[in-house]
Amino acid sequence: MTEYILAKYNYWIYVVLMMIGLYAMMGKRNLVKKLIGMNIFQTSIILLFVSTGVKKGGATVPILMHAGHEHGAQLIQVSDYLNPLPHVLMLTAIVVSIATTGVALATLILIYKRYHTLEEDEILAIRRESRAYKTPRILNPTD
Amino acid sequence: MIWQLDILLLIFIVVCAIAAINIKDLMGAVIILGAYSFFMCLLWTEMGAVDVAFTEASVGAGISTVLFIAAVNRTARRSKD
Repeated sequence: MTEYILAKYNYWIYVVLMMIGLYAMMGKRNLVKKLIGMNIFQTSIILLFVSTGVKKGGATVPILMHAGHEHGAQLIQVSDYLNPLPHVLMLTAIVVSIATTGVALATLILIYKRYHTLEEDEILAIRRESRAYKTPRILNPTD
Repeated sequence: MIWQLDILLLIFIVVCAIAAINIKDLMGAVIILGAYSFFMCLLWTEMGAVDVAFTEASVGAGISTVLFIAAVNRTARRSKD
């Protein structure tokens, strides 16, 4: 049982990283900290998928080694190569993560221009106050 | 896959992740997030996912850190938690 737990240490670290990211997204009040937590969350999921492609026993990068036919037709063993399918899927995930980060940072700059703070509780207090007095508090949206 | 190097990198990654969400200076937190991405890139090179590793090094650690630094420069640098 202990060896079974210790042999899968990548997955345990994946769980730890995912919970760190989830805590930062839900527990922290600063919006940039939430975004950092989202990045950690996405990277932990990429770690999970890349870990599923690893094989034990000297498997290498999936590049065909005996492609030439000098030695005749060689039998290609699947167990000699890593599984490249999760790697290719995670390339797409990295590109999606940089796109979401860019859009989120642009939104953060707009929020800062409007409310002059990035703390979630202060933004909510400003919104509650402007709703209570029925006066939309416009903080000069052009500056 | 060398398991000693693997465990060392994983420890560095967890330490970087905890530090990045606990530092009050946002610029420092962003730089530590870049270090986290580079450790992750080393880990993937070591696990044999070379294409993911160089995409992460250029896109995740490079462009993402630059975008974060630009955004923190335009907004507040201090954080309350």
